[in-house]
Amino acid sequence: MSKSAPPLPRWADLFLLPLINLSAALFICGLVVLAIGENPIEALGVMLKGAFVYSGGLGYTLYYTTNFIFTGLAVATAFHAMLFNIGGEGQAYLGGLGAALVAFAAGSLPGIIALPLAIAGAAVAGACWGVIPGYLQAKRGSHIVITTIMFNFIAASIMVWLLAGPMLEPNQQSPQSAPLPGSSHLPKIHEILDLLGIQITSSPLNASFLLAIVALCVFWVLIWRTRLGYAIRAVGQNPEAAHYAGINVPRTIIIAMAIAGGFAGLLATNEILGISHRVILNYTAGYGFTGIAVALMGRNHPIGIFLAALLFGALYQGGAELDFEFQSITREMVLLIQGMIILFSGALAYMFNPPLARFIARFTAPKEVARG
Amino acid sequence: MPFEEKIGSGASAPLALELRGVSKSFGLILANRNINLAIRPGTIHGIIGENGAGKSTLMNIVYGMHTRDEGEILVAGASVDMRSSADAISHGIGMVHQHFMLVPTFTVLENVMLGTEGGMLLREGRQAARARIVELSEQYNLVINPDALVRDLNVGQRQRVEIIKALKGGANILILDEPTGVLTPQEAEQLFEILKVLRDQGVSVLLITHKLAEIMDITDAVDIMRQGEIVGHRKTSETSPAELAELMVGRKVLLEVERTATSPSEVRFSATNLGYTNSLGVVELQDINFEVRAGEILGVAGVSGNGQTQLMEVLAGMRHLTAGSINILGTNVTSSTVTNPRIIRDLGLRHIPEDRHKHGLILHFEARENMILGLQDSDLAGSGFLMDQAAIETNCREKMQDYDVRPSEPSHFAKNFSGGNQQKIVIAREFSANPVVLLVGQPTRGVDVGAIEFIHKQLLELKDAGCAILLVSVELDEIMSLSDRIMVLCDGKNVGILPREEVDRQTLGLMMAGQKREEALA
Repeated sequence: MSKSAPPLPRWADLFLLPLINLSAALFICGLVVLAIGENPIEALGVMLKGAFVYSGGLGYTLYYTTNFIFTGLAVATAFHAMLFNIGGEGQAYLGGLGAALVAFAAGSLPGIIALPLAIAGAAVAGACWGVIPGYLQAKRGSHIVITTIMFNFIAASIMVWLLAGPMLEPNQQSPQSAPLPGSSHLPKIHEILDLLGIQITSSPLNASFLLAIVALCVFWVLIWRTRLGYAIRAVGQNPEAAHYAGINVPRTIIIAMAIAGGFAGLLATNEILGISHRVILNYTAGYGFTGIAVALMGRNHPIGIFLAALLFGALYQGGAELDFEFQSITREMVLLIQGMIILFSGALAYMFNPPLARFIARFTAPKEVARG
Repeated sequence: MPFEEKIGSGASAPLALELRGVSKSFGLILANRNINLAIRPGTIHGIIGENGAGKSTLMNIVYGMHTRDEGEILVAGASVDMRSSADAISHGIGMVHQHFMLVPTFTVLENVMLGTEGGMLLREGRQAARARIVELSEQYNLVINPDALVRDLNVGQRQRVEIIKALKGGANILILDEPTGVLTPQEAEQLFEILKVLRDQGVSVLLITHKLAEIMDITDAVDIMRQGEIVGHRKTSETSPAELAELMVGRKVLLEVERTATSPSEVRFSATNLGYTNSLGVVELQDINFEVRAGEILGVAGVSGNGQTQLMEVLAGMRHLTAGSINILGTNVTSSTVTNPRIIRDLGLRHIPEDRHKHGLILHFEARENMILGLQDSDLAGSGFLMDQAAIETNCREKMQDYDVRPSEPSHFAKNFSGGNQQKIVIAREFSANPVVLLVGQPTRGVDVGAIEFIHKQLLELKDAGCAILLVSVELDEIMSLSDRIMVLCDGKNVGILPREEVDRQTLGLMMAGQKREEALA
């Protein structure tokens, strides 16, 4: 109490602080790169070029970004209800199952109907996997962190069983489903642009990126402009006051988890409907967990989530380039960089807050008494 | 005003405590500005001020919990560097906090020795503490059983334990922060007796309060704080409550609103054999019977923690009653009825919750969002699928003007308003929805004198307009000045309902301690 720093101005909290966190992370990574005998400036250059400049680089970056937007939204939605949703991974995994099952069932329908159905299937399956921990939290008091972590394992086990058993493609050795019917394939962006006469390098970037942008907008309207969003935020900020206000707190928790799971499930639109066109073992590859960092860094706001998702997308893509260009920089080094950024902008997010606040307060000198 | 005249004994004795030019700011907020304070040894010195006037900050500086930015603190004439509460204790300053800091499952002895246990084994420390308790209780007439469990003690006794804790290190300056808030009038009287003994034994007592009556009753001198500054110093014998109130607020204040004559009509709201047992099986309310008529205020008096909170929350639908029934405008609610706050609110009941931070507001929401809390599904928030931001803004702006909320800024977060203005937001929201039945809990807790006057007037206007009002307050003065009839709660039971004209403080106090009306009047 006694050593409390002055409050940080909003602009500094939203922009300056994340920038400082990012710089600190990159600085430490630079030292590590230096230690293994490479030039950190050069490495950074390769990363940036790999992510944004090289032919197809931007496409790959945005493809990764799409995944991070969906899983970041899954964490952020729950977070507005003060629920820490660690289960994005499992919800996204089950989303793939939903998308695939609907796509197979709607195989004979034209794409204009089959595709929306498959997308809805992904969202609904993810939502169902979010609702169960939500119910357990709301009605039984089982902590959401514990249950969502457990549900990741359950989801993984179910999918192993399905992909190695009932859903295994006939005459196939690797655990994956049969290919989805063509009616449920999402078009690639370079294919769409090609139709418009614009030629770009082919990349996995597909229409689900546009869906992700729509999801960001929907999220904003939902949280800040609807009664449901009001209820979700009220429950998150002060469940007792929400109860006083006549908001059904348990039901709001369950709904928030359903929406969160739905966003996570939409990851399948990118990975399965957009690219692999079949369900593959472990296709979620940790995107669900990185979503936690994305939401944390993006301060649970759509613009922040987009920027954080873009950053992680660039890291994934630029990191791959780094791995490719430098002998001594391996895939593990790229993971280290990601880890540093998560550490500084997530776990240590407020480390630079007090000194920065004091620094800024020094320049905005105290005005006359403004008390009461 | 300089402090030349001497009070008590010791004309040339150094001041027990002196503050010279002490200032403290938090960020841009200057909480204390150039405070000069002089406490004579062996006196009871009052510090009075509205909430947010900086009293608690000042005391925390004296007790070393905040470090001052500027100025000097002198104890017994010597300048000291107060950096932690350990420093304060070593200079003979003890503090009794507003919220007790006791371990309920420990005995009095164990609580007192906390922090001075001695070595690895407790034996020595325990013996020393026991000797000290005996010594202190003899010296200051602080009667207490060292082996009683703190959870078995009543509030007045717990406070005594806190005083012993504060004095055990040999303190000769004792700070008490709003000590009577949780006491019955009788317990407060006992506390004052103890304070007088302490004073006569040479201890300097610093009493922080916002209650004018306490200042007038037992202090020798008083400093008045407003907006972080000392705005006046008076000898208690030479001042009056009206003058103190004017200094506190900065303008003339009506200390007691004129209660209007009542013409209650039909029963709007009643409870029959109402009971509530919590999820642990503890009976918290038992056999409560009352009715509230249109155009009437029924006051509920009682020491806090005797079932008022449960009563309010059961009536508002926030908890399920487990026995009896409630009738709101003809609709019966029993233990088998499905209720929630929304259903009750739809019946026309409005509710000012006792704790505005816990229930009445969402502190991290903007004022305009708070202005529709509980009404979020009504037309106030727009009739369409999306909430109508313009309507919410307009609604908030209008109500802020009607109820004089400052700053009148709908986009400010609720947490950034002062206590009084936060309460005005809650009141504006609930009052302006044309309530026919109103539950009001602690409407002026932590609210400054000026705002109290305003809130009381509003309450009486609603009453005159025909609203049926149930008022819960731990401020006896508030209950007595506003209520038409008074119900006394003790231990979750209704001790009796009396017309206002037939009660006085003495009777109420005895009833609050559980005596039946006949016994209390005897």
